[in-house]
Amino acid sequence: MRRNLIFILMSIEIMLNGTGVAFVAAGSRWGQPDGQIMFLFILAMAASEVAVGLALVLRLYRHHPTLDADAVSDMRG
Amino acid sequence: MRLVPWISAASCHKSMEAVFYIAGAVAIVSTVMAITRLNAVHALLYLIVSLLAVSVAFYTMGAPLVAALEVIIYAGAIMVLFVFVVMMLNLGRRAVESERQLLQGKIWVGPSVLSALLIVEVVYLTARATLPGLPGSALEPKQVGLALYGPYLIGVELASMLLLGAVVGAYHLGRPISEKAEVRYDRNSDGSRARSGGRLVRAGVGRTPDAP
Repeated sequence: MRRNLIFILMSIEIMLNGTGVAFVAAGSRWGQPDGQIMFLFILAMAASEVAVGLALVLRLYRHHPTLDADAVSDMRG
Repeated sequence: MRLVPWISAASCHKSMEAVFYIAGAVAIVSTVMAITRLNAVHALLYLIVSLLAVSVAFYTMGAPLVAALEVIIYAGAIMVLFVFVVMMLNLGRRAVESERQLLQGKIWVGPSVLSALLIVEVVYLTARATLPGLPGSALEPKQVGLALYGPYLIGVELASMLLLGAVVGAYHLGRPISEKAEVRYDRNSDGSRARSGGRLVRAGVGRTPDAP
């Protein structure tokens, strides 16, 4: 199993993009703008999530010079 | 100059469908390639191509505003953030070697071929005079904006709050941490010690709790 933190974040982006595609397709199927609006909210959420996630990755990389997600399982608390 | 309008409309429709399916196939192929690459930069290249393909698919589905935002925000901002972080994480000589490897054909050929397909599609779409969507007719950006600032106003406000929180959180997590800053923090946090001078604080930092 791959535990690279960068790939985990990238895969989250792919999944969020997939849900966005589903929303926009449904919205255009019924001719309503709501699907596109949901996509805009997903976009804002993905942007903020990736900003905080990458900041956390940089922070973790300073303590443990690795990108393995298992390396930080010894954190207490 | 259409002599038989319904025939040309039908063929138009069919070509639009073909563009949509090609863009979808490019998106699926590049996403599969993105999640199976071992090198993060190769995966990012394929992921950017995937987002561009999804953007073309949005355009053919009749959502031009969302297609533009997908290119500007997803492929333009979020992926650049990823590339910056990947570049920051492996600085040094190893990074120079890996960048030299990146320029050796075979790595950029796959994404280039897929994005060349997309460029052909975009040129084809822009060369046509009329812009009909797939069956669900195109939703104008005006409609989306009216709905966004009408019934979804609370959602917009919540999204702005979320983005503000993300900015503050990312700045807080990414600030530089140094020994000097922590010592200064210690000195400032305890008023009585600060008044007696900073040396006491620094002398007590390294000691074990049971030391006299």
